[in-house]
Amino acid sequence: MDTIQRGSSSKSRGPRFKSLRRATLVAFPLVLAAICSTAHGQEKNPFAGDPKEAKLGEFQFRANCAFCHGLGAKGGGRGPDLTRAQKKHGSADADLFRTINDGVPGTAMPQNGATQQGVGMTPDEIWQVITYIRSVEVKNAGAIAGNPAHGKELFYGSPGCSTCHMIAGKGGRLAPELTTAGAARSVDYLKESVRQPNKRLAEGISEAMKEFSQEYETVSVVTQDGKAFQGVVLNEDSFTVQMMDVREQLHSFDKSQLKSFQKTRTSLMPVYDTETLSEKDLDDLVSYLLKVSTEPGGAK
Amino acid sequence: MKPLARIAKAAFLSLLFLPAVSAQVTSTRLLESSKEPQNWLMYSGDYAGRRYSALDQITTANAQTLVPKWAYQTMAGGKFEATPLVVDGILYATGQDNRVFALDARTGRPIWQYQHALPGDIRPCCGKVNRGLAILGDKVFVGTLDAHVLALDTKTGNVIWDVSAVDYRKGYSFTLAPLVIKNLVLLGVSGGEYGIRGFIDAYDTNTGERKWRFYTTPGPGEPGHETWEGDSWKIGGAPAWITGVFDPVTNTTYWTTGNPSPSNRGEGRAGDNLYSNSLLALDPDTGKLKWYYQFTKHDEHDYDATQVPVMVDQGDRHLIVQANRNGFFYVIDRETGKLIFANPYAQQTWSEAKDSSGSPVARKGSSPTPEGNRTCPGAAGATNWMSPTYDPQSGLFYVTAREQCDVFSTAPQPYDAGHAYYGSAYFPNDDAQPFWGALRAIDPADGKLKWEFKHTSPTWAGVLSTAGGIVFTGDAEGNFIALEATSGKVLWHFQCGASVYSSPMSFAVNGKQYVAVAAGSALFTFGLP
Repeated sequence: MDTIQRGSSSKSRGPRFKSLRRATLVAFPLVLAAICSTAHGQEKNPFAGDPKEAKLGEFQFRANCAFCHGLGAKGGGRGPDLTRAQKKHGSADADLFRTINDGVPGTAMPQNGATQQGVGMTPDEIWQVITYIRSVEVKNAGAIAGNPAHGKELFYGSPGCSTCHMIAGKGGRLAPELTTAGAARSVDYLKESVRQPNKRLAEGISEAMKEFSQEYETVSVVTQDGKAFQGVVLNEDSFTVQMMDVREQLHSFDKSQLKSFQKTRTSLMPVYDTETLSEKDLDDLVSYLLKVSTEPGGAK
Repeated sequence: MKPLARIAKAAFLSLLFLPAVSAQVTSTRLLESSKEPQNWLMYSGDYAGRRYSALDQITTANAQTLVPKWAYQTMAGGKFEATPLVVDGILYATGQDNRVFALDARTGRPIWQYQHALPGDIRPCCGKVNRGLAILGDKVFVGTLDAHVLALDTKTGNVIWDVSAVDYRKGYSFTLAPLVIKNLVLLGVSGGEYGIRGFIDAYDTNTGERKWRFYTTPGPGEPGHETWEGDSWKIGGAPAWITGVFDPVTNTTYWTTGNPSPSNRGEGRAGDNLYSNSLLALDPDTGKLKWYYQFTKHDEHDYDATQVPVMVDQGDRHLIVQANRNGFFYVIDRETGKLIFANPYAQQTWSEAKDSSGSPVARKGSSPTPEGNRTCPGAAGATNWMSPTYDPQSGLFYVTAREQCDVFSTAPQPYDAGHAYYGSAYFPNDDAQPFWGALRAIDPADGKLKWEFKHTSPTWAGVLSTAGGIVFTGDAEGNFIALEATSGKVLWHFQCGASVYSSPMSFAVNGKQYVAVAAGSALFTFGLP
């Protein structure tokens, strides 16, 4: 599709563009027909409901998607649970096609074929994947019997979530922003994050072309003049660290200039066991995260 | 001799040996590339695959003063994996989406630019990448993502010949930099993710006529055919997607091959699956196989052997060494193909025993399972296509190591031409520790680790060594780094702004040494102020 615009060769541009123009004139009705059918093809799944195509889609899914979305599309630490009928970036066939083909800017969801994992898919293969996803969607997947209103009270109340986490502009900045977490993560993952925050650290910034996202590691530094800071790593490389301290102050350090630099994979987030947060309260909290993630503009 | 004087001497020598500075590259010049260290005449810098520059103007004493000299933006997305060539002040390189360009090596200003028109249905596995060119006479050679081989005019970028090697729609592509030997241009095919039948081709540099093809999965009646179950050899993969090396003394070219297909499912292809994951010693004139050494038999973890093998001489011993994707460092007699030893250089769990020849063999129970089976290294390997380097001054071999394990799962999958054919999936496993990487210095005499420099995360940058006592590499965080070759001490670093997915090189123009590396969409060069 983008072959035509790739004529940037100064040497070959002339003749190639000329022949293209001629070809276009001759083939114009055909091209128009092709464009129409392509546009149409991206609206509606030609394989909808076909179990054979769904099986082929599963092969594609394993090769291209499971790395983040998990086997069975149930979500992993990186990608949302796709067995939910409600999708964050649109639930219609055309939305899914666009999300898979174009990626989601500003998230870890890459363009089709742009990752190290997987080989990229043809339009037909994308439709097969969509057919597969439809086949594993579960009614009310991710729905839990919780009270979101009470969950909201808890979020902004005594458990202290909002001290560090923010939802729709209200709360702290030290920990991951949670407005869309309910849509982007599976219920199991959300619960695990509360009960065992050290098991899998939340992912922070994803840079274009960088294979692994930064994680919310805990960092403690002491500067040459003896000042000590503790906080989370916003980003890091071999020579520098960008951190936010527990008072939400941003710092940039050259590691070689620090008296000490220590990182741990013990999250700054406290462990909420059933003593500090009952199962029912956890359900309420998670149901609030799920609800708020589907509201336009976040929490109201 | 002072560094500057050495450069001057090198430049003077090149004048002596060549009719004129702007003379064309001849096969003799390629053989004697060490006589003109100001130029970088092939992908790995020399036929031995050492990625070593004899330039010594940039030293451990002055490296901390390195500054950017120029950058060239391809303005293309995706991984920029190329190593440029430099010939007498002109830099030739490829970019993403089969761009080719010639620049003034002193300023980075383009002299010509070419882009191959790619069809919309090409099937590259891992991005629209290309790793570089080969050069001979008035032509540079490039392999394309639609499996064409092109010869371009070095002066204009005009296409001199263009041949289609194979039907790209079945999953074939070229991503590697070709290798010129005498009057032939050699290249191997990519497509191990599509159930292709791998091969290495040689074309007449003048006409583009194919002179030979070596299929990396033997057909009926050929030795090795019995290592494939039924017709599985027809779709057995074994692509040869990294540039080979050449020993003119024995007239042998060495090429490496990748995974058998499907990469993560052994069912249906019982046997060793020759010549997947192998080192092949070929006669460059005929393509005839002299010997082979298979690193990973009947592979189920995508442990391609497509890492540049490096020719190292130790006294009377003529060796070829490779840090393999499967986590072992192999030292092989390059005249006989006999393994001398194999030692792990990174964490590995796929093998816990060796056969009588000392070759690591797969552990029972290391195969992918339907639910997933954790194995180290992961699918991306303990290293990958990014080049290692051998520094004859320090006597050390340097390689980018990746410490990452994956959970390998498997599922039956029918072959469908031109469609991904993995039979599997894999995931990063939930290790308590994050994945990381390191630049490792290995003594090829015993395979022992001399030093390592830890990277924050696994990286895809290759390594260059120079006579200034420096190794250069990059990282996933965007740094380009100079380290002392003997100790691993960091001398200098520069933030390029995007992960480095390429192997650096060095050249000189007007007596000034430069170091070049691709990162993001840009080719960066650095030099002394």
